[in-house]
Amino acid sequence: MALSEKVLNTKDTKDTKNNYLNTSAAKRGLAFGRKHVLAFRKVFFVPFVSFVLFLGATTQPEPHRIVSLVPALTEMLFAIGAGPQVVGVSSYDKFPTDVQSLPRVGALLDPDTERILSLKPDLVITYGSQVDLQTQLQRASIATFDYRHGGLDHILVTLRQLGRRTGRMKEAETVATGIEARINAIKSRVAGKPRPRTLLVFSRDPRALRNIYVSGGSGFLHDMLVTAGGQDVFGDVKRESVQATTETILARSPDVILEIRPDDIPAGKELDEEMATWARLASVPAVRNKRVYFITGQQMTVPGPRVVEGIERMVRALHPPAVK
Amino acid sequence: MNVRKRITIVVLANAAFTLAVLLVAPTVGSTPIALSRVFDQSMPWESNVDAQIFFVARLPRVLSGALVGAALAAAGVVLQAMLRNPLATPFTLGVSAGGALGAMIAIALGLDVGVLGVTSVPIASFIGSLVAIAIVYGLATSQKRGLSTNVLLLAGVTLNSFFSALILFVQFIADFTQAFRAVRWLMGDLDVGSYSPIVAALPFLVCAFAVFAILPRTLNLLTLGEDVAAARGVEVVTAHRWAFFSASLATGAAVSLGGPIGFVGIIVPHLVRLMVGSDHRVVLPAAALFGAAFTVLCDLVARTIIAPLELPVGIITALIGGPFFLWLLVKKS
Repeated sequence: MALSEKVLNTKDTKDTKNNYLNTSAAKRGLAFGRKHVLAFRKVFFVPFVSFVLFLGATTQPEPHRIVSLVPALTEMLFAIGAGPQVVGVSSYDKFPTDVQSLPRVGALLDPDTERILSLKPDLVITYGSQVDLQTQLQRASIATFDYRHGGLDHILVTLRQLGRRTGRMKEAETVATGIEARINAIKSRVAGKPRPRTLLVFSRDPRALRNIYVSGGSGFLHDMLVTAGGQDVFGDVKRESVQATTETILARSPDVILEIRPDDIPAGKELDEEMATWARLASVPAVRNKRVYFITGQQMTVPGPRVVEGIERMVRALHPPAVK
Repeated sequence: MNVRKRITIVVLANAAFTLAVLLVAPTVGSTPIALSRVFDQSMPWESNVDAQIFFVARLPRVLSGALVGAALAAAGVVLQAMLRNPLATPFTLGVSAGGALGAMIAIALGLDVGVLGVTSVPIASFIGSLVAIAIVYGLATSQKRGLSTNVLLLAGVTLNSFFSALILFVQFIADFTQAFRAVRWLMGDLDVGSYSPIVAALPFLVCAFAVFAILPRTLNLLTLGEDVAAARGVEVVTAHRWAFFSASLATGAAVSLGGPIGFVGIIVPHLVRLMVGSDHRVVLPAAALFGAAFTVLCDLVARTIIAPLELPVGIITALIGGPFFLWLLVKKS
């Protein structure tokens, strides 16, 4: 519209009256057109949207070739039996072992669009922030399933959504209820027990008390800790991750320190050294009472179906007699 | 006589201010502590939380802040005088970029080789700084006309961009949790966690400051121009060499301790010059002292302003330092 006006204005600059008439005529015409468009929208928009949604709900076909860029959701796909359909995974996928032979297509920050397209997927599981990738895939008419990390409940919600999307509702329901049952069992096991004030560390410089990142009062790690019968010492800070200083740790004096790592720490010298690092904070009850625990393994850091194993391991550290 | 008196007064005033800051800073923080309990010998160490917060959490921070601030500010003064360029900073000659690259590599590779309680990142950072110093010095002396400050400056600036590109490359190929750690390192962090890194950096800083102590008179002459300085009996090349190595060593040690904390090395020297004139016999010690106080105060703000969370100290030095410097600049002119 701006362009058409410009053209009209430059067409006859001498005869201003004529020009004015031309412009107003054009404007009227445009206004007329716009009115029609608006009317069209009013009349057709709602049915149109419902139609698209209807189409989407009914004709979204079951995917046969899935590429997953989110390790947690890869685990979910395998758990609900959609594993054979997975044809590509992210560079961070490790579990289950079936993924080791699958092509890698980059990850959160560096998805390899070309490689993804070459795998001819009919569903790509993306992280919510991968907006560029999602538009690219839309242009190639490839469906996406967008996911973002949330709390513990969100894992079960996602599991069921994924079941619906892949036509494996029954399997997803079985897995989800299984997880729910185990979570409920844990909850009743720790109910009424004193909740130790716990520092949940998920990242730290090796052998130093530097760059300590701990769980704050939101996110699945926090939910895991609360479910396992712990009280998060940084629960008042409503963030998923908090950079804790030695001062704040000393001041909040946790009864238990749980340090989770995706990779194992070899027992012996290295483990002793990591324990000795915490010993510097001698006044912290967790250190005094030797209640610093390292829990290693991917089930601690991947918000997938194995999350319940992670919670069970937390319970073992927080309430030693509760689980044998 | 008059000059000497002036030097003494200015330096003593700065020393008093810095001392006051150093005494107050460890007593203030996100958690209130009682000094009477901190120094209460009758309480066992294990149960004295106040003493631990003071000695384990705050004192190493304040000490490292003071050392880093003093080193960066003094290095800034020396380099600005030597290069006769008011825009020179301790980070101009590529030393900090070398240090940063070293740290990035250590973080990306997940290196875990500690020596005497010092972890791999500060060690790698210091090695990176030394490599950068060697490269820049090698380039600046390659023309066999002694040490060319022009080549030094150009080589430094080029090396800076080159290392920055390598840093981006290393960050790109790293895992993104490591990439986050790397970015966080670049914002500066004085929470060193123990005394070992401070003790490790100390010998290098002492050497650098020993050289700084004999430099001021030469720097005064160098700022008048190399020819004038040479006519007044200054061995220009030797002086440049000493100034370059001492300033670079101080920068390398400071960066390995607290990361590349920006603005201290340029704002403090100019602030001090605006306050006390341009005689390096006053400016150098005053800048070192004021730099220590400034950095410790910025870190104090960083660790208390949004407690229990904390801001990276480099953001505070820039946020406080930048506007304050501009205000002073406008007011003076």
